[in-house]
Order: sequence, then C-alpha cells, then structure tokens
Amino acid sequence: MNRQVTIDPITRLEGHGKINIWLDEQGNVDHAYFQVPELRGFEKFAEGRRAEDMPQITSRICGVCPTAHHMASTKALDDLFKVEPPSAAKKIRELVYSAFFVEDHALHFYFLGGPDFVVGPTAPKAQRNILGVLGKVGLDVGKEVIGLRRQIRELIAIAGGKVIHPVLGLPGGVSKTLSSEDQQKFIAGAAHAVEFAKFSLQIFNDIVLKNPQYVEWILSDAYTHKTYYMGMVDEDNRVNFYDGLLRVVGPDGKESLKFKAQDYLKHVAEHVEPWSYIKFCYLKDVGWSGFTEGVQSGVYCVAPLARLNAAEGMATPLAQEAYEQYFDTLGGRPVHHTLANHWARLIELMYAAERLNELANDPEIIEHNVRNIPQKTPDEGFGVVEAPRGTLFHHYRTDSRGIITQANLIVATQNNAARIAMSVEKAARSLIKNGLVDDGILNMVEMAFRAYDPCHGCATHALPGQMPIKLVIYDSGGTILKEIAR
Amino acid sequence: MSKPKVGFYWCASCGGCEEAVVDLAEKIIDVVGLVDIVFWPVALDFKRSDMEKMKDGEMAVGFVNGAIRTSEQFEMAELMRRKSQCLIAFGSCAHLGGVPGLANLYDREAILRRVYQEAPSVVNPENIRPAVDTHVSGVNLSLPEFWRTVKTLDQVVDVDYYLPGCPPPVKLIGDALGAILGGKLPPRGAVLAPDKALCSDCPRRDSKPEKVILKELRRPHEFLADSRECLLTQGILCMGPSTRSGCDAACIDANMPCTGCLGPTDEVRDFGAKALAAIATSIDSDDEAEINAIINQAVDPVGVLYRYSLPSSLLHRRATGNTDGGSSK
Repeated sequence: MNRQVTIDPITRLEGHGKINIWLDEQGNVDHAYFQVPELRGFEKFAEGRRAEDMPQITSRICGVCPTAHHMASTKALDDLFKVEPPSAAKKIRELVYSAFFVEDHALHFYFLGGPDFVVGPTAPKAQRNILGVLGKVGLDVGKEVIGLRRQIRELIAIAGGKVIHPVLGLPGGVSKTLSSEDQQKFIAGAAHAVEFAKFSLQIFNDIVLKNPQYVEWILSDAYTHKTYYMGMVDEDNRVNFYDGLLRVVGPDGKESLKFKAQDYLKHVAEHVEPWSYIKFCYLKDVGWSGFTEGVQSGVYCVAPLARLNAAEGMATPLAQEAYEQYFDTLGGRPVHHTLANHWARLIELMYAAERLNELANDPEIIEHNVRNIPQKTPDEGFGVVEAPRGTLFHHYRTDSRGIITQANLIVATQNNAARIAMSVEKAARSLIKNGLVDDGILNMVEMAFRAYDPCHGCATHALPGQMPIKLVIYDSGGTILKEIAR
Repeated sequence: MSKPKVGFYWCASCGGCEEAVVDLAEKIIDVVGLVDIVFWPVALDFKRSDMEKMKDGEMAVGFVNGAIRTSEQFEMAELMRRKSQCLIAFGSCAHLGGVPGLANLYDREAILRRVYQEAPSVVNPENIRPAVDTHVSGVNLSLPEFWRTVKTLDQVVDVDYYLPGCPPPVKLIGDALGAILGGKLPPRGAVLAPDKALCSDCPRRDSKPEKVILKELRRPHEFLADSRECLLTQGILCMGPSTRSGCDAACIDANMPCTGCLGPTDEVRDFGAKALAAIATSIDSDDEAEINAIINQAVDPVGVLYRYSLPSSLLHRRATGNTDGGSSK
C-alpha cells in the first residue's frame, strides 16, 4: 500500500510551491518531489523592449530582491553598450548593493530562517516565528531589527529613487549623484549596520553554537550533500557580491572552474523536467546525471554556504575573523551542511556591513562624474552579480537600436533547484520512518528547504512566519488517513 | 466590539507589494493592534480551508495583489471576493495588469517554447516541457495550467477600491488603512490616491512650460539629463503628464523619468492612449516627414506607454490566435 504525503501550498514562495512525498508499504519514503508550479515568461516578453528599460522591467521578477536584478541587468547593459562606468558610479552601485545585502540578509535571519534555531525546531508551532524570536531575545531587539531595516532601506531609496524597484541603473553609470548630506546618512547607516552585524553573530554564537544539540543537528547526514559550489570572487579569491569572476570548487574544495560572465554558456546549462516549471541548472563541464551528488554529478550549489566554500576568504577584517571561526568549527572547507547556510549568511551580513562602511566613507561617492555615455553600437551583453540567494546571470542580444531580440536569465534559486529538491528528499527519507509524520518532523523537512532562503520569490517576505503547510496522507484507495494543517 | 477582520492574498506578482506593507515598519505594530488579520499566507498559518469555512462577507476588507494568470489564482480571487465586504486591488498588477501583463504581447506557446526549448542555456534534446499531468516512477504529479491571457483583478471579480503603484507608495498604504479604520472611504470604485497628474506635484514643475514642445525624443542613456529641468522638455518620454500623483515623484528624484506605475487619473480609460496623445500634441512640426522622423525615435511604444497597463487597456492583448489549443482564458 503506497501512501502519498502532500505538502501544499508552501506559501512563502512567489506563487506556489509544493512537495509530494510517497511512502512505501513500510511507511518509509519511496519518492519525493519538490515542484515549482509558476511561470511568468519574462524572457519572452523582454523581446521587443528597449535595452535600457531592462533594469526596471527585470526587477519585477522579484520585489524582495529587485536590487539584484536591477544590478545584474545594469551590468549587462555596460557590456551590451561597451561602456565602462566612471569609478564613482561603480562605487555608488556597490554602495547601494551592500546596503541591500544588509537589509535582505537581516530579514531572513530574524523573520524566516532564524526562528527554527532561536526558538527551536521542537517549540510549539505558534512560537516558531518572529514573535517567538522576540519572546526569546526581547522586544527591544525586534524594534532594533525593524529600525535598522528601515534606516538601510531609506539609504537605498536616496540613491535609487525607490527601494522596491530602484531606478538608478543606466549603461555606463548611475542616474543620480550623491550629495555630502546623503553621504552623512550613509556613514551613519553603515556604522549602525556594522554594530548590528556584530550583535547578530553574537546571538548566533550564544543561541546556536553553544547548544550542542543544534551543532550536532547542523552536522547531521540528513542535511548534508557533497556537491560543487559556485560563487563570485575578487582577484584574491575573496567573496565579492558585485563584481569578479565565477569560481567553482568541487566536493573536495579544490578549484575546478573559474570563468567570466561572458563564458557562462560554456559552463552552465539547464535541464527540464516535466513535473516542474523551474529549470534545473548543472555544470556543463560535468554533465547532468540526475538528482545525485558527488564529483560525477553536475549538480552545484550557490548562495551563502556555496560562496564561502568557493572563496578563500573575506575582504574585510571582522568578516574574515568570522569566516575562520566558521571553518574551524565545522571541520574545514568545504562545508557540505545545508543548515550552515544560516551561519554563512550572517558572516556575509558582516561583510556587507563592513563593505558598506568602507564605501560610505569613500570621498569619491560624492563626485559628479557618474555616467559615461555609450558611443558604440549594441549587440550582446552579459551581466552577473551575486544575489543574496546566489549567482544571477542576465544575458541580452539586441538589434543595432538596442531593442532586445533575445534575453536569457538564470536566477539565483534556479542554480540551487536540483540541490533543494535533493535536500527535501533526503530530509524526508531521514526523518520520516515507519509512517510516523508529525508537526515537528514536518518542520524539519521544511528546514531543509528554508535554509537556502529560496526566492521564487519570497521566502524572505515579511512577518511572522513559518510556511503554512498542509500535509495529507492517503491510502492506496485515495482515502485520507490523516490530515495535518498548520 | 471585536476588531475588523482583514485578509491578504497574492496572485501573479513579484512580492514587492508584500514588502511595501512591511515597509510600514514601526506603524505595522499599530495596525496589528487594530485589526484581526485572518488570512495572509506569506506571514501567517491560516489556510485556504480556513477561509472557505468563514461566512460570506466575514472579512471587512480583503487585499489582493498580482494579476490573474492561472485558474487557481482565479479561484482564490473569487473566494476573497465572497468573504470580503470590501475588496481592494492592491498594486499595479491587480489594478492594471502590471509588468507581467506585457506577456499579453505573446501567446502561451511562444512563451513555453522560448523558456524550455529555445533558451541558449537549455539542453533539452527530447523537447520535454512541464505538463499539467506527469506520470513518473509510478506516481502522478500535476501542475496548474496557466491561462493564455493575463487579466486584471476587476476583469474576473468585482473590485471596490484600487490602491495604485508598483508597489503602492507606503504613504498611500498608510492613508488607505487610516480611511478604512476611520470609516472614511470615498465612494465605491475609487482609486485611493490623489486625482491629479504627477506633473502638478513634480519638484521640476516650474521648469515645465505651459505647452511642452518636442523637437526630438531621446532615450535616458543617450545623454546626461539635467537634474533640475523637466525631463519631458529634455526629450525624454516621461509619463508624468498622464500618470496619477501619489509617489512624491520618487523616480524623478533619482533623475529618471516617470514610467506610469500609478496608472491614469479618473477621467482616463486607456493610459497608453492618453500618454500617446500627450506626446503627439507636443511635437513641434507641421511637416509630415519631420513628424514621422520624431515619432520613429519613440522605439517600443507599447513597452513604454503600456508598461503597467496592457491587460487593462482597450488593446487588452495582441491578437495572436489560439495557436496552442489550450484553455481560451
């Protein structure tokens, strides 16, 4: 008698996410599928649009990470129109981008992923949310999180017009100069962000790392996959979110690829399955051999865990210190434990805050030369950034007037899609035994998924939260044996 | 007296509308104290089945963002309508169709072919496509079908009010919540934003002449726009004359043109037609060849004039024929 377990809907996704699990006669997991039943077709309706409109059109892919699409697109326009932005413009873009990383990573830790650790996976479900976090760490902390995010998001609006769907990006630079009053606001916000990042790492240290059960759980096989990892690095192989080369390390942590955005088609390919609208990325050099791990499988991973694995360090001092502690504690590089994403995300929060601070204090950001005007005929352009949730590629072809004839987008979570599907299945197999499924086990399956902060989009949305999930177990005749709604 | 019940739901959207609610920041704590949020999938555990169990009209207000593209979104819009005394279309996509509404320029077959077969990164020798029903490894998996056409919320259910913008400005959201809680809503059908064009609130309005005269149209990346002068007079297609105010000219503050996300003012039925008329009457020439030359500088007029409003327009969608034989919706 086969039984089916359906987790539907997973609502902190853009549109809809669904997990189907089939149990065998012993009540153990037979098959598990992670489905994304959503498609809006941006790549098609981009055709015919003016290239310079793409940073604003593609930001509508995601209102939680609009700045990531906006920047990847703007960089693709630099390449398309063959124009190099002035140094001040590049710094303003990275300034805005660093601010964006601070508020976005903070949202995930405090509102979405963090509650599982801070409140605990076995806490009553009504407490596994931001309110539970506040109960544990205090209302003042809640006000601090809301206040910090408001302050940092106001900075993005100063430079970008709007924080949700900013408009500063143009080929060859940015649309607006910053004043010295603006700079003072950035300096104040950046100093606040650094203190906030210190405090967040301290919370993680006190609540998670000092709890042996949590550490054991991070290290457990249920949440471990040995795959390739991809992330952007600077010339010294340190993590960079805004610019650099893509570096891929193998399951052994050794460099296997290093390439520039223009070469992405040589190294990244997409596999199609009939049961999901999402396409599954893999390394072309290795090939697709299904949803499996190891050196022979082209499945790879992006986002915080992967970025730290793919780099050899952080470019700022406090983040570097945290990076070293992370690998010392978890047994060296690479770390294959999916749940370590939460810690890695806070180390990146520190880097983003320190980088924001460096740029905010740079006298060049208030210079007036922030645009170079394109002089060449456009034909093809590539842009890549690290979005909070992973590597993001934009690739456009245009006619000589700069009208899009072809657009190709590989979005952050798509890179992770195969590994997420594997993580959900492995967690389900490890945790569901002999037909026993309860709320706590369901949350543990969810955590395999939540650690990636998937952005279809909006795992990073908003308020209190765990994913409202409905789980139905059927017998072979289609009769409902058990229903758990939460 | 019990607190009024409210619910939120999202359809084909990006999540920016949800973030805009969160951007109420400290004020959201006050709001939570005044209303009882009984449905908000992004944040709370209430299920569709919980809402189905409610009495019709049990919610005082329902907020729906996103356009309608799938049958499931249509069902949810109908359910929200039934359970809400007052239904608000929240944001450009629910209001006018939004940026995803540009998909109405292509048919479903072209979109699927592009994404799963023609994309340069796709390796798909067997031409596999996601299917509504799939039988794999002895089990059946299903996906929802998506409609041929993107629709606005009021094309599928009755809507009481509209909160415009991509996303709605935080101030308008705050004002709307204030009006709802204070029982001071305007007549049904209103757009909850000022009924005047953005130009009237623009910080650059003093540099805009009584009648704008265009000798040429220029694209934003082609020159360094002056940061104080009216963008339209500089030849940039700014949608300010046709667009409803309420955003504090945020894009213009960043020295970029208004793209029209708040949609038209009350008297205008079709945003793009109004914007086109505003531009056409500004062209300074009597010579047909010269007029054509200037007009030809306006590349991609549909993407510029109907950026947020194609599904709500008189055009609605490009006639592509029903080439794929699926649902006609």
